[in-house]
Amino acid sequence: MTQVAVLKGGRSLERQVSLKSGARVQDALERLGHEVVAIDVGADLVGRLEEKRPELAFVALHGRDGEDGTVQELLDAMGIRYTGSGVSACIRAADKVLAKHAMRDAGIPTPDFFAFNETAFRELGAAQALPAIEEQLSFPIVVKPAGQGSALGIKFARTTADVPAALVAAFSYDRKVLLERHIPGRDLAVSLIERDGVPTALPVVEAVPKQEPFYDFEARYEIGRTTFVCPAALDPSVSERASSLALEVFELLGCAGFARVDLMLSEDGGLHVLEANSIPGMTETSLLPQAADAAGISFDELVQLILDAALARVS
Amino acid sequence: MTVRSRTTAHDIERYAGLFAARTRGMKSSAMRDLMALTEQPDVISLAGGWPDTSTFPPDSYASVMGAVAAESCARALQYGPTEGLTLVKRCIVEVMREEGMSVDADELLVTTGGQQVIDLVCKTLVDPGDVVVAEAPTYPGAVPTFSAYEADVVQVPIDEEGMIVDVLVTTLNRLESEGKRPKFIYTVPNFHNPGGVTLSMERRHELVRIASEREILVLEDNPYGLLRYEGTPLPPLRSLDDEFVIYAGTFSKILSPGVRLGWAAAPGPVLEKMNVGKQGADLCSSSVCQYFVSAYFESGPWLKYVRSLIEIYRRRRDVMLDALAEFLPREAHWTHPEGGLFIWATLPDYIDTTDLLARALDEHVAFVPGRAAYVDGRGGSSMRLNFSGVDEAQIHEGIRRIGEIVHEQVALYGTLTGAAPAARTPESPAALEPVREPGAALAKVLRLPAQRKRAG
Repeated sequence: MTQVAVLKGGRSLERQVSLKSGARVQDALERLGHEVVAIDVGADLVGRLEEKRPELAFVALHGRDGEDGTVQELLDAMGIRYTGSGVSACIRAADKVLAKHAMRDAGIPTPDFFAFNETAFRELGAAQALPAIEEQLSFPIVVKPAGQGSALGIKFARTTADVPAALVAAFSYDRKVLLERHIPGRDLAVSLIERDGVPTALPVVEAVPKQEPFYDFEARYEIGRTTFVCPAALDPSVSERASSLALEVFELLGCAGFARVDLMLSEDGGLHVLEANSIPGMTETSLLPQAADAAGISFDELVQLILDAALARVS
Repeated sequence: MTVRSRTTAHDIERYAGLFAARTRGMKSSAMRDLMALTEQPDVISLAGGWPDTSTFPPDSYASVMGAVAAESCARALQYGPTEGLTLVKRCIVEVMREEGMSVDADELLVTTGGQQVIDLVCKTLVDPGDVVVAEAPTYPGAVPTFSAYEADVVQVPIDEEGMIVDVLVTTLNRLESEGKRPKFIYTVPNFHNPGGVTLSMERRHELVRIASEREILVLEDNPYGLLRYEGTPLPPLRSLDDEFVIYAGTFSKILSPGVRLGWAAAPGPVLEKMNVGKQGADLCSSSVCQYFVSAYFESGPWLKYVRSLIEIYRRRRDVMLDALAEFLPREAHWTHPEGGLFIWATLPDYIDTTDLLARALDEHVAFVPGRAAYVDGRGGSSMRLNFSGVDEAQIHEGIRRIGEIVHEQVALYGTLTGAAPAARTPESPAALEPVREPGAALAKVLRLPAQRKRAG
């Protein structure tokens, strides 16, 4: 039995999703016989952790603060062990621009992109570079904030005229945004968990949106709006490539415990890594639990594996 | 040893397989997740539709509840008739008289809030695919109700005089040519939610005439009619025609939304079906609350409290209007409501107010993105601002923060498009002055392409 504090909620835009993830994790931990305290992360976080002094924190937070290394830094400072990736991996995964640069440098395929801070437009005349960028990326261009975990703020610019408004929208979420080449194709996700210290890829999930033109924030978390196929109906060689790419990304970013890597399978059979999530969702419609289920790992077993990985890592 | 979790991914599909077809239209959304953040205690929320219940004297509450306990304890704790208690119907008759209507108690159905009237009307009238005509924008809270009954919502634009009746006529003609007969027209004629505008006298007459001629019901939703801060009250639609108008009233805005009491006044056969529908929904509305309302009306002049609310809300509205003029860029427009709780502001079309809300939440201020008031994804650059729920200082500060962000985005857009910051080079003379009064410019703000809109 371990004393576990489940950290959930917080102030990020993904608060509601985190509350759902956290509640499910909490239930599972209780069923597994652990002593659980749930903390809705707020201004009293440090005080409550001081008071409870849990053996381990299960970080079920998504988005800002929880997934970008902030809470992990606090936990490190307080000497409290926690699930999932450490500070540096969280920082690298949460910032899509950092992650994509790392991938590109390492030769891992990721869609072409250009990323800018707001100051580049305000002070350096970056707007004048837009035509060249548009020409290189070709329309439609995906415009997204660097640090938003879900699909909030992601816009498709279909023509030159769409780009400024898409940038304004993306800058609503972050001071840094990227313009990325759109890869039409199939939306795949590879979830990874560490078992006995070895990261392992779970069966590939394909997300097929039922209505939306692309897999958006709403479809991602809602029952009935997305069909999930797991294991995805793929040629075994494609599944293997996707899994091995995901494992490469996991190692490259220095992830630990568990993670999810999102990829696109383009029409010509190419695989392109979009991003890595250091704390993937644990809701009923989330992809990691589905992938685990397909591998014969129940939700409770999954939670225990994540817990074990965290305990093993430190000891 | 591990126990299999109670819900797995496979279970999701199994549950989903059991869902009724109508749940397809019952969507949660990113916006709803965002709206949940607006309820954080340190957020200045201009997003709610909340009256300020802190204005209600705790002493009055105590004495009214005390009277209920002393005089009607057992009855207040008991079930009541589905149509509502006679003693609360007497209060409703009084309120409706104040609104300019004469109604008999047997024409009334007491409901659990005004919201239940919308639900019961849909339950009574709407089969899947039936057309419901609503304003564009419409009350965001009505949209999930229409969706739950699988209504085909067709929205008719509003301008400074409320629903544009000419467009309504062409819409009805087109629907007729398609073999579709709308079941009812949903309208908020006074101090529209979210538009803030009021249906003009002429259009009131036209609307009831059209409804009567074509035998289409009108659902007149009038939660704020008594909260008028300027101008002359206009007669309710039901006072002009009681054959084809269903009237929805509520105690929420003149007393308390916490009592969850509203009512419907409707033609007999419609009321009867709504009554049966209500039996299935909740048997009866809370007896405790009905006794409370009745005792409150008996205790003294309820209108005095309404007048005190009018004073408070008028000042808050004025503070918001002044703040909008001070802090929003000149490309923005907004309505000037003569009453009610809301101002509808429209920003340049390159600003998406859903994204803007995410940014605003960083600054601890919130509003309702305009898209919530449309069934087809339009309204993206508008927002609903509530001025009743927070005090004057907070309204001023909230608008200041929103204004700052909007200015940032306007400047950024100007930089991105290579134009000089738009605030210094307005594109047209009409944009020079913010809209402070109903007028021609307002039509520009609110008039929308009369294109077809569909549910879900």
